[in-house]
Amino acid sequence: MPLKRADKTPMSERDAELRSHDFVEVNEGYNFARARFEAERCLRCQDPVCIDGCPVRIPIPDFVHLIAAGDMAGAAKVLRSANPLPAICGRVCPQESQCEEQCSLGTRFVPVAIGYLERFVADWEMGQPAGEAPAQPTRAEKVAIIGSGPAGLVCAGELARLGHPVTIYEGLHAAGGVLRYGIPEFRLPKKVLDWEIEQLKRLGVEIVCNVIVGKTLSMDDLFEKMGYSAVFVGTGAGLPQFMGIPGENLNGVYSANEFLTRVNLMHANDFPNADTPVMVGKRVAVIGAGNTAMDTVRTALRVGAEKAMIVYRRSVAEMTARVEEHHHAIEEGVEFHWLTNPVEILGNKDGWVTGLKCISMELGEPDDSGRARPVPIEGSEFVLPVDNVVLSIGNRPNPLLLQTTKGLKSNKWGCLVVEDESAQTSLRHVFAGGDAVTGAATVILAAGAGKSAAAAIHADLCGE
Amino acid sequence: MARILEKRSLTPVTKLFRVESPLVAAAARPGQFIIVRVREGGERIPLTIADYDRDNGTLTIVVQEVGTTTGYLGALEVGDDILDLVGPLGMALEIPAGGHIVGIGGGFGAAALLCLMRELSARGDRTTIIIGAREKGLLILVEELADICDDLELCTDDGSAGFKGLVTERLAQLIGGDGPGRPDSVVAIGPMPMMRAVTDTTRDFGIPTLVSLDPLMIDGTGMCGGCRVTVNNEVKFACVDGPFFDAHQVDFEEAVRRNKMYVQQEQASKERAECRSLAMGQD
Repeated sequence: MPLKRADKTPMSERDAELRSHDFVEVNEGYNFARARFEAERCLRCQDPVCIDGCPVRIPIPDFVHLIAAGDMAGAAKVLRSANPLPAICGRVCPQESQCEEQCSLGTRFVPVAIGYLERFVADWEMGQPAGEAPAQPTRAEKVAIIGSGPAGLVCAGELARLGHPVTIYEGLHAAGGVLRYGIPEFRLPKKVLDWEIEQLKRLGVEIVCNVIVGKTLSMDDLFEKMGYSAVFVGTGAGLPQFMGIPGENLNGVYSANEFLTRVNLMHANDFPNADTPVMVGKRVAVIGAGNTAMDTVRTALRVGAEKAMIVYRRSVAEMTARVEEHHHAIEEGVEFHWLTNPVEILGNKDGWVTGLKCISMELGEPDDSGRARPVPIEGSEFVLPVDNVVLSIGNRPNPLLLQTTKGLKSNKWGCLVVEDESAQTSLRHVFAGGDAVTGAATVILAAGAGKSAAAAIHADLCGE
Repeated sequence: MARILEKRSLTPVTKLFRVESPLVAAAARPGQFIIVRVREGGERIPLTIADYDRDNGTLTIVVQEVGTTTGYLGALEVGDDILDLVGPLGMALEIPAGGHIVGIGGGFGAAALLCLMRELSARGDRTTIIIGAREKGLLILVEELADICDDLELCTDDGSAGFKGLVTERLAQLIGGDGPGRPDSVVAIGPMPMMRAVTDTTRDFGIPTLVSLDPLMIDGTGMCGGCRVTVNNEVKFACVDGPFFDAHQVDFEEAVRRNKMYVQQEQASKERAECRSLAMGQD
């Protein structure tokens, strides 16, 4: 066996000082030489366990070998056959806890950089001229998809590939769901998202914006008036949670959803050229330590904060953000207050935020989540002087559709209840997947759910 | 996109539009609202649905040109399209049937009473509408409103039409038994100070009162939480829980303060919009 290099081939990143003031993508991607160099590290295992780590089961060794062989078109074809959103997943998937965690090289060395390679292939494909127009729908059974986030987009792509006419209904004025309003430009450029959506349209997927199913149209309308044979609900987890501490309605307090939406969807970073502003003072505290919190705190720097900090009641070991995002945030100068629990947001007489009152915590016995429970240290209260507070402590599924759809069942957290295998909800011919079912999770888990639901819908409609 | 079919100037700064939007018209209920965006890079703003016509698939909205987006909107003409229009949003008005219901409209808020009071009249309630403005010429939709209620009460600051004084002063007279008499419930739509004054007027008499709050919003579906208001010491999202709330439980001080959060930016945005239109004029 040839000797394998222990380390993965690095990807170049933009200078931290420079990038922390703009929205240009941080990771610059491989070039062809680096991609091939990295692809050659793959061990070509007989039993490629990396695939088991992938929610959409990309035949990883196949596309990696094709890169090594220099057959980019072949690699792109393999990738796209399993994942309709490779340029997106190659950027935002937590590969380190999925395919790369399984990689056999990882037992002794650093795993193959599967994510970097996926992105490289997808970016190569983006630079190619569009191929021939794909076949038109061959099936009569129409499917409606509610929500154009990752679950809906993947489900739509798969169903179109299986020959069904598919329409996605999106409530906002632009498609993409959390990929549009949530994930910032410096992690997922909007032109990449636009391109992936364009590929779905080329497959025949129709996207209708500005329609909220549950408000503009009802579930019954979809079946009875509009003649759909099945519906996929991919409405995500868009209901922001607040802590319930005093001062949350002061001016200058945002949910992460609002803060990110103002910038990502409404382009507040370009105010007043764009009409929507975002209010950012000199010091911004972001509460929480997930990926959304990292996106938020790094966005705060880019829209003018002099100091942006993470405030988290647990320690760095319990943080849910990807290591890469945490690392990027450190490089960009984000300040971290671990084991710090906010107890009150303080304001001045005009109602503007002036500070965040916190209490120091220490770690105790494990809690229900298996993580050490943070316990307040009595008498340790202190005030962080801040101008803004952004809460990034999680989202729950949006209840709009549930409120207006009789018989659609959810659990106590508002997550839709589905059968494990089929993704079918309590309503016949209505399927669901992604954050609407699981609560806030990752893009790739939503994509995986969209993909398996598409197979279930096809089976339901065609008996195959 | 929603095509503009009709445009009327109600006052120098108030425009009425009838727009084509069959899906929204089919689903709309009195008191709900829409969100529009009128240009690329534009903001999303909520507008109350003044009226809807299911048969013809149209919506009526009334806009007062006070900011960037309402300015752009007011400049659109028949045949133009509104770039993005989504709805109907929020919960429809729910009010117990069978009593004397007084609807109060301040300024362009009067327009929002159109479909609302028509529906209440149609189901058999006794209805009174009170609208007010600075002077006669600024009262809007007088004939239309007169057609849909039992009594229409006009109020002007200068006495040029109807009662001389504020809508709340006339409301106090009604509560005292004057004119159409004491209301069993009140619904107020208009500027925040006017809704607040109505609330103060009815509070001591224990008359159930609803107000239609219009905080800043982005998505209008509960996703951003920007529109949160405190009602009965609980935080509510006006976009999905509202827009109507029990007026006597609303924390108006907070609502007013939150609505003024972007005053400076709004001014900057308006100035930029004026520059833009000047630049376009030079082409």
